[in-house]
Amino acid sequence: MPDAPGLELIAHEVNERHQGAIVGSTYEHGQAALLADKDRIREVLDYLRDAPAHEYRFLASLHAADYLPAEPRFAVHYELLNMPRVERLRVKALVPDTEDGSMPELDSVVEIFPTADFQEREVYDFFGICFRGHPDMRRILMPEDYVGWPQRRDFPVGGEPVIFTNTEDTVPGWTR
Amino acid sequence: MNPTTRPIPEYADTNRTQEQLGRDAIGRTEAQVIGTSPIERTALEREEELFTINMGPHHPATHGVLRLLVSLEGEVVHDLKPVMGYVHTGIEKSCEDKSYWKVIPFIERMDYLSYFFNMEAFCGATEQLLELEIPPRAAWLRILHLELNRIHSHLVGLGTTALDLGAISMFWYCFRERDKVLDLFEMSSGQRMHTRYFQVGGVAEDIPVGFAERVLAFCADMPERIDQYVDLIDQNEIFLQRTKNVGVVSRERLLELGVTGPLLRAAGEPWDLRKVSGYLPYSDFDFNVPIGTVGDNYDRYRVRLTEMRESVRIIEQAIEGLPDGPWIADDRKVVLPPRHELGTSMEALIHHFKLVTEGFRVPPGEVYYPIEGPRGEYGVFLVADGSAKPVRVHMRDPSFVNLQALREMCVGGYVADLIANLAMLDPILGGIDR
Repeated sequence: MPDAPGLELIAHEVNERHQGAIVGSTYEHGQAALLADKDRIREVLDYLRDAPAHEYRFLASLHAADYLPAEPRFAVHYELLNMPRVERLRVKALVPDTEDGSMPELDSVVEIFPTADFQEREVYDFFGICFRGHPDMRRILMPEDYVGWPQRRDFPVGGEPVIFTNTEDTVPGWTR
Repeated sequence: MNPTTRPIPEYADTNRTQEQLGRDAIGRTEAQVIGTSPIERTALEREEELFTINMGPHHPATHGVLRLLVSLEGEVVHDLKPVMGYVHTGIEKSCEDKSYWKVIPFIERMDYLSYFFNMEAFCGATEQLLELEIPPRAAWLRILHLELNRIHSHLVGLGTTALDLGAISMFWYCFRERDKVLDLFEMSSGQRMHTRYFQVGGVAEDIPVGFAERVLAFCADMPERIDQYVDLIDQNEIFLQRTKNVGVVSRERLLELGVTGPLLRAAGEPWDLRKVSGYLPYSDFDFNVPIGTVGDNYDRYRVRLTEMRESVRIIEQAIEGLPDGPWIADDRKVVLPPRHELGTSMEALIHHFKLVTEGFRVPPGEVYYPIEGPRGEYGVFLVADGSAKPVRVHMRDPSFVNLQALREMCVGGYVADLIANLAMLDPILGGIDR
C-alpha cells in the first residue's frame, strides 16, 4: 500500500500527465484509493499499469457499488496490485446516474486487463453500467431476458413473488 | 486414401506452439481428425465442419451447474464459452438486508467447500472497518480451522479430479479423510459444514476438551494418507498421460487473466497471500509455498498435494503454540457479553438485547480484504454507511475469475482433456454464481 503522502504523489503525478483525470483521493483503514473521472479511467489505468514507477500489472478485482443518496451515484472499483512490491491501490471511477434514464457508460479495460471480462459483465448485469468496447457485453449471472438491475439500491429485495403450484395461476405473468 | 499427417490448425485467436497443444494432437492423422468417409470429405470449409455442443448444465464432470458451449472440430476443442448463473441466488443482494452478524451464515454458502475462508474474508473486512483487534488465541484458532478447511477442500478437489479421470477408488479414500476433517469441525463448532464458527471479533467458542488431541492424531495420520494417494495415482500410467503436458497456460497469461491460487503457483509464480499479506499471523508459522515448473495439470495436482502437507504442518504448529487467553475480543459494542453475566448485570443484558435485535453499527467506510483461499484470492469488498447493515457486500470469488482461464487451457486439446482441465481448475459453482 502506498501511504497517504505517497498516494498524494501518485495523484499529483497522474494529474500532471493527464490533466484533470484524478479528481481526488481517499486514504482510510490503511487502504489508498484514487478517485478518477469515469471518461478518463482507461488513461489512468494505462498509466498506472505501464509507468515504470508504478507497474500495477495485476487487476485483483473489479466491482461496483451504488451509493444511492450520494452524488455521483455509482462507482466502479479497480483493485490494482503490484505483486513484486505487494502494493495495492484502488482506483474508483465515479459514475453519475444519467438524467434521461439511459445507461451510464464508461470505457472497458478488457484490452489491458483481460481478467476484467467476466467482472465487467457482472457489473453490467447487476448495476446496469455499460462498458464501451467490451467484446461481449451481456448479462452473466441473471437470465438473459431479465428486466432490471438487481444490485441497485432502489431495486427491492424480494421483488419477485414466490411461485408455488397452488399460486402459479395467480402470480402475474407466469402462466399467461 | 492414404492418411497424411495433418498440420495443426492455425487458429487465429490462439498463438500456441505445437508443444503447448497437448501431447499427441500433433501426431494425429487427418483421417483421425475428420474421418475419411466420402460424405465427410466433401469440400466443406473448415468452419462448416465445426460441431457445437452443450456440455452441461447437468453434466457430472462440470462439478456443479456449469454449462460449456463447446465448438468441436472432430474431437479437438476449437472454442469454448462458459455459461453460468444457474445457481445464482442473489446472496450479495440479500446480505444488504441483514445486520452484519447475520451476513456470516449467508456468505458461507457462496463457496460451499471453503466456508471458513468466506467467513474469514467477511469477518476480517468488518473488523478492519471497526478497527477491532482480535485476540491471539482467536487468530490461532482461525488459522487452525482455515488450514483444516484447505485440506478438506483440496481433498474434495483431488478426489473428484481422480474420479473424472477414471480412478474411482481415489474418490473414496479422499472422502474418508475429508470426513475426519468434518468430524473435527463438528466437534469444535457443532456443525459439519457451514459452521458459522468465526465471529466478528474472534471465534464463537473455545475449542472443547480433547479437540487438540484429535487434531494432532489427524495430523499424525494425514501425511501417511497423502503418501497413499501418491502411491495410488502418481505412478499410474493413465493418470500421468492424462495430466502431464495437458492444459498448459503460461505464467504471464495466467497473471493477465487474474488467476490466483494453486493454478498460478503450478505455473511457477510463488504468490501466496499468507506469506505477503498480514491478514492473520501466518508469519509466526513455518511453512513453504510449493510451486510447479511446467504449469500443466500434473503440476496442479502436485501443488495441491504438497499444500496439504504444508497445511498439516501449520495445524500442528497452531495446536502446539496455541496461546492462552480469550477467544473473542472484549468490545461490548460488537461482541455478545458472556452468558453468565446476563443474570447479574443489567448492562450486559442491554448490550445483549441491542446486539441481537439491531446488531452492531459499523462506521462509514469501505474496505477490500483479500485472503488466500484454497482456490486463490478470496476478497470481500464491504461498504458501510454507519448503520447496522452493510451497503454493499461483494465477494471476489477465485472460481469466478479463474474460470476465464478454462478456454485457454482447453482450446487445441481433446474433449477428454477438457474434463481433466475443468477438474484441475476446481471451480465451485456456488462461488461462481453466488
